[in-house]
Amino acid sequence: MQGGLHLPPSSPWKRALSLPFSALQVFVRKLRKAYGKSEWSTVERLKDNKPSYKLDHIVKERYPTFIDALRDLDDALSMCFLFSTFPRTGKCHVQIIQLCRRLSVEFLNYVIASRSLRKVFLSIKGIYYQAEVLGQPITWITPYAFAHDHPTDVDYRVMATFTEFYTTLLGFVNFRLYHSLNLLYPPKIEGQSEVELKPTEGEAYAMDSESYLEKLSALSASLARVVAPTPEDDVEMDEFPVEGETAEQMDARKKEQEVLEKQKKLFEGLRFFLNREVPREPLAFIIRCFGGQVSWDKSLCIGATYDVSDPSITHQIVDRPRLEQQVVGRYYLQPQWVFDSVNAKLCLPVADYFPGVLLPPHLSPFVTEQEGDYIPPEKLKLLAMQRGENAGEESEEEEEEEEEDDNDDDDEEEEEEEDDSEKEEETKLKKMEEQKTQSKALPVKVTAGKVRLEDKQRLEQEQQSEEKRLAIMMMKKREKYLYKKIMFGKKRKVREANKLAEKRKAHDTAIKEEKKKNKKARRA
Amino acid sequence: MEWYQDFPHIGYDLEGKKIYKPIRNKDELDKFLEKMENPDYWRTVQDKMTGADIKLTDEQVDLVHRLQKGQFGDVHFDPYEPAIDFFSHEVMIHPVTNRPADKRSFIPSLIEKEKVSKLVHAIKMGWIKPRKPKEDTPTYYDLWAHEDPNSILGRHKMHVPAPKMKLPGHEESYNPPPEYLPSEEEKLAWEQQEPAERKLNFVPRQYRCLRAVPAYSRFIHERFERCLDLYLCPRQRKMRVNVDPEDLIPKLPKPRDLQPFPTTQALVYRGHSSLVRCLSICPGGQWLVSGSDDCTVRFWEVSTARCMKTLPLAGVVKSISWNPNPTICLVAIAVEQSVLLVNPSLGDKLLYGATDQLLESYVAPEEERVQPVQWVAATTEEHGKGIRLVVQHSRPVKQVTWHGKGDYFASVLADNSNMQVLIHQTSKRWSQNPFRKSKGLVQCVLFHPIRPYFFVATQRYVRVYNLLKQELTKKLMTNCKWVSSMAIHPGGDNIICGSYDSKLAWFDLDLSTRPYQLLRHHKKALRSVAFHKHYPLFASGSDDGSVIVCHGMVYNDLLQNPLLVPVKVLKGHALTWDLGVLDVLFHPTQPWVFSSGADGTVRLFT
Repeated sequence: MQGGLHLPPSSPWKRALSLPFSALQVFVRKLRKAYGKSEWSTVERLKDNKPSYKLDHIVKERYPTFIDALRDLDDALSMCFLFSTFPRTGKCHVQIIQLCRRLSVEFLNYVIASRSLRKVFLSIKGIYYQAEVLGQPITWITPYAFAHDHPTDVDYRVMATFTEFYTTLLGFVNFRLYHSLNLLYPPKIEGQSEVELKPTEGEAYAMDSESYLEKLSALSASLARVVAPTPEDDVEMDEFPVEGETAEQMDARKKEQEVLEKQKKLFEGLRFFLNREVPREPLAFIIRCFGGQVSWDKSLCIGATYDVSDPSITHQIVDRPRLEQQVVGRYYLQPQWVFDSVNAKLCLPVADYFPGVLLPPHLSPFVTEQEGDYIPPEKLKLLAMQRGENAGEESEEEEEEEEEDDNDDDDEEEEEEEDDSEKEEETKLKKMEEQKTQSKALPVKVTAGKVRLEDKQRLEQEQQSEEKRLAIMMMKKREKYLYKKIMFGKKRKVREANKLAEKRKAHDTAIKEEKKKNKKARRA
Repeated sequence: MEWYQDFPHIGYDLEGKKIYKPIRNKDELDKFLEKMENPDYWRTVQDKMTGADIKLTDEQVDLVHRLQKGQFGDVHFDPYEPAIDFFSHEVMIHPVTNRPADKRSFIPSLIEKEKVSKLVHAIKMGWIKPRKPKEDTPTYYDLWAHEDPNSILGRHKMHVPAPKMKLPGHEESYNPPPEYLPSEEEKLAWEQQEPAERKLNFVPRQYRCLRAVPAYSRFIHERFERCLDLYLCPRQRKMRVNVDPEDLIPKLPKPRDLQPFPTTQALVYRGHSSLVRCLSICPGGQWLVSGSDDCTVRFWEVSTARCMKTLPLAGVVKSISWNPNPTICLVAIAVEQSVLLVNPSLGDKLLYGATDQLLESYVAPEEERVQPVQWVAATTEEHGKGIRLVVQHSRPVKQVTWHGKGDYFASVLADNSNMQVLIHQTSKRWSQNPFRKSKGLVQCVLFHPIRPYFFVATQRYVRVYNLLKQELTKKLMTNCKWVSSMAIHPGGDNIICGSYDSKLAWFDLDLSTRPYQLLRHHKKALRSVAFHKHYPLFASGSDDGSVIVCHGMVYNDLLQNPLLVPVKVLKGHALTWDLGVLDVLFHPTQPWVFSSGADGTVRLFT
């Protein structure tokens, strides 16, 4: 089937599509017949009259409100970004790939215009982005820009069907999003008419039909608006206290808002230059999302706005072990700095990210540690920095680490205590027994009694734990099962956290020892 | 030529005779030498027919070169000669042919006319329709311009939105903290796991810089699997139990408020060399008697743990029971096939003297009655040991128990006929078999403390018989696999049953024939259970070596259900041959509990 409609009979999509689907079947049958008879005019005629179908009503049916559509946008975006990286040969129709590329670029431009990017993460699978659109977190992943090793055990027809639906959805969403920002849709680049956009030089960068999308996908220019924004537009929102909200909560909300505003202007006033070895698109996207200016080598991509030699460049993103000549007055940084800064919501100290330097670990911004979870020390450091504490002093950190470790140990002990207390009792009883037997066997001898200091707290604790154990005995079978399951899960979590902490400790000590050895070696 | 490779000839002449291959006069060495020395070697070709070497001339070499280049063989042939157009649109003065034009080129074609008329007819009939105008609606528009959240169609009413994909953790980073990197063993374990069982679907890796990160080979796979999940996996609303585990623990009264109950081990009665199977205590609470597998019965003073008396017997002591009547000092002991009635001669001399007198005052009836057992008076030797009467059964005796008044006692035989339970009367020295039919293997029997009821526990049921009316009043379902022991509340309305499948069933006789509560406190089989005479306590001893004391309050108000709270787990007995506690017993007046174990000791917890 041309459209790649390959659906199992039970699929609800198939039911919704059944009418145009049968027409398509008829069309394909006719076409095949015409081909078989070599009736080329018929083939032409049939192709001209190819029945088309639309998925609009399905989108509307699935997502009755716009928010519903936004909520389900994760997969659509990931799929479109994947398809836009496919080669224009073989695997699927070129039109679909082009459409995916166009829609994804449009979405990126929207995110830039609305400055709604929140989190980014360099994973081994690809780059994760999280944007907040109308209060909905939207997460998508893009693969690294390499050729795909197309697997053979994947049914591309299924993927193409999904993509067809997703492109429809994403198109409508983009339309609505652009209009919500008073932007033109399809997007226009600000300040330039289309004529101007055509390459003036003799060498053609791309075909006329494609150059516009290329320009757009360079992500370097802002978009044209229907109504020119005026400063009066940014009216301060009046604050209405939400019902049932305490003053504290309101303060917290306010603070959060402030942090958010600050994050949105993270790179404002900074001028970046991307070296040719760093991935251009993600970095340009991120930097522009936070208000920075970005440029790259002219030969790398269309849309470069300034040159390497520009003295106003503040940061140059570099990903090579060392640089031959460096210009004074700008930082040479590895790309991870941009990502970490965005996640930390502040410009991190640059010293850790110089070219050739061993980078600090890159942490996932999607992890929110609950109580009792393992928190890597880097995260603690970062949290301290966010709170505005000076985390530069190493000793403090170490103390913190140690404290944390101690806490972990305590937890373990507590756990063990429960098990131990029974054993302890037994051993006590045994001791008493032994004493008694001894007293029977040995000649009677009275020694001065020792005042046994009994830890009252401990006794109380023991008693409480025993009470708990007795109460657990009285639980109903089903509840007991549930309780045991919950406790098992909790214990496993603690165990995992402890394991990670232990591993970290071992790693740190190993590194310390190596350092010492190196020092010694240097001295000797 | 290659067809003749393996033959001596290279073909046939006209007469059909073989043409033999020319004699090879050159070997490899010759060839090599020639190659090295002959300057014209490169243009020398061997004629395979004659075997002669032919030197190509310059023209011939040239020809070969041209052919190799794909040019014409003839040097003088020009492929690009200007073509002379004979048949062109230009009208020449001298036409190529002088044929006059056909007539058919002047008259309209009939075939075409037919075709056109067919088309016209088809159009008239509406068979051919004009091409549909291309739709010029924009592909994208404001789809949600009139959104109405209430206009959800029927089948989306219970719409379950697709769960979002799990967000990546620290371990997925291209440069994760070192603790997230797997060690060699973890990696190996990961590889050996089934793909579906893996916790992570990738191995965390560390790259020094972004430049070094390769493409993820399973990216398309993962997207595809996500697609499959979306359209093939049925979705289900799962109610997550979001409960605080602390809330699940029932709120029970604190054990501290339920005192008194035994809490610590006070005394250990040592002396037996094998498992102590059974315990009994005198109604005054001063003497304890224990029977063991070492074929002895020992009498202990409770308060001092002193062994007052040892009574060696012929066999393993299976059961022992002190007469509950405080005016009689008599102990029934089940040894092999007989029940011995022993006067321990402990305590008040008047009391045990009176007991002896009572036994001696028996006058045999005139006519001998047929009895299922034989009552034999003890021999003088036995009399010296304290044995007064021997009730000889036909089968080994498993259990012996007294009636509350102290005159009757019942014995259980290891048999599967209707002779399993016998009731004996001491004063008249006669026995009777209350049952006509066997209703299963009897585990233990019990007299009701107040009313004339008799409890018989078989493997799975407890039957309650009315001895006066001689009928079955109730049958209690224990919900256990195998009942091991049974005890009755002194009030007489509640029964507890211990079973080998580590359950303890509490029956409220007024409530129902099913257990009011089934307690699974022990980890192993229950061996015995006991009620306290005065305090609201009951205890159970099990193979896991522990005695669990529970508070079992029974209210006089019929509407209020009994309150069962475990108050103490008592440990002390060592496990021997996988056996722990074999018997538990409460002191008749104090909140003390005795337990006898497989380690040959009796312990007192106070």
